[in-house]
Amino acid sequence: MDLFTIIFYAFAFLALGAGAVVVFSKNIVHAAFALLFAFFAVAGFYVLLMADFLAITQLMIYVGGILVLVIFGVMLTSNVISVDMKTGTVQAMPAVLLSAALAGMLVGMFWSTDWNASSQHAMPETTGKSLGTMLLTTYVLPFEIASVVLLVALVGAAMIARREKKE
Amino acid sequence: MQEFLNWLRTPGLTHFLIVSGMLFSFGVFAVLTRRNAIMVLMGIELILNAANINFIAFSRYSTGTLDGQVIAIFVIILAAAEAAIALAIVLNIYQNFNTVNVDELNRLRD
Repeated sequence: MDLFTIIFYAFAFLALGAGAVVVFSKNIVHAAFALLFAFFAVAGFYVLLMADFLAITQLMIYVGGILVLVIFGVMLTSNVISVDMKTGTVQAMPAVLLSAALAGMLVGMFWSTDWNASSQHAMPETTGKSLGTMLLTTYVLPFEIASVVLLVALVGAAMIARREKKE
Repeated sequence: MQEFLNWLRTPGLTHFLIVSGMLFSFGVFAVLTRRNAIMVLMGIELILNAANINFIAFSRYSTGTLDGQVIAIFVIILAAAEAAIALAIVLNIYQNFNTVNVDELNRLRD
């Protein structure tokens, strides 16, 4: 039992427990806050996998950006007066069967495949510099397309969410 | 049995893949059962995170290069764009129809 193992299982239990709360909680506010811990545990995985830049990105964009957006959405679309914060589930039984079958299939496939994996690869101490170089050389076209996508999403979101003037 | 315990004691690629597979199934379950549009969005975020764990785990254990991490960055970028647009649409729907139940929403305009 070395430190890596202990930390891996701590983050694995945190991720799966928080994920289960997100999925099974009846209260949407509880689900949103459980999502925070799930994102945090995934950032921990990134640190274990030597992706330091991505771990910080995960914390800043998911926890600091997307989650705040989601909580804004929860607050703005819930009827505060009628306290309709609950969300029901439908088709629970078929969905349980389908998801369990999917999980079983994925885990079985991951388990039985020989991935030819090795933990001996020399990873760089910090990934920020190499990632920046790759983004501007090998991946420059996807990088530029992503910037245009972000611009379009920004304009589109502002356009859609704008409150129309009642004439 | 002893072999399985030894396997449990040394986390490697398969362990990360199995956790991400289970997170993926949780996300699919949320998308399938939840009727609140924002809960469906949360399920999608879980699915995207599970996919990202896979990319980075393979980048660490399989190739030893950073290509998987670059792809993960693009996934995060698209997730941010998707969340912003989707929540804008949900807010607009709520203003027009006063509900976010995806089963009741079957019209584009009133």
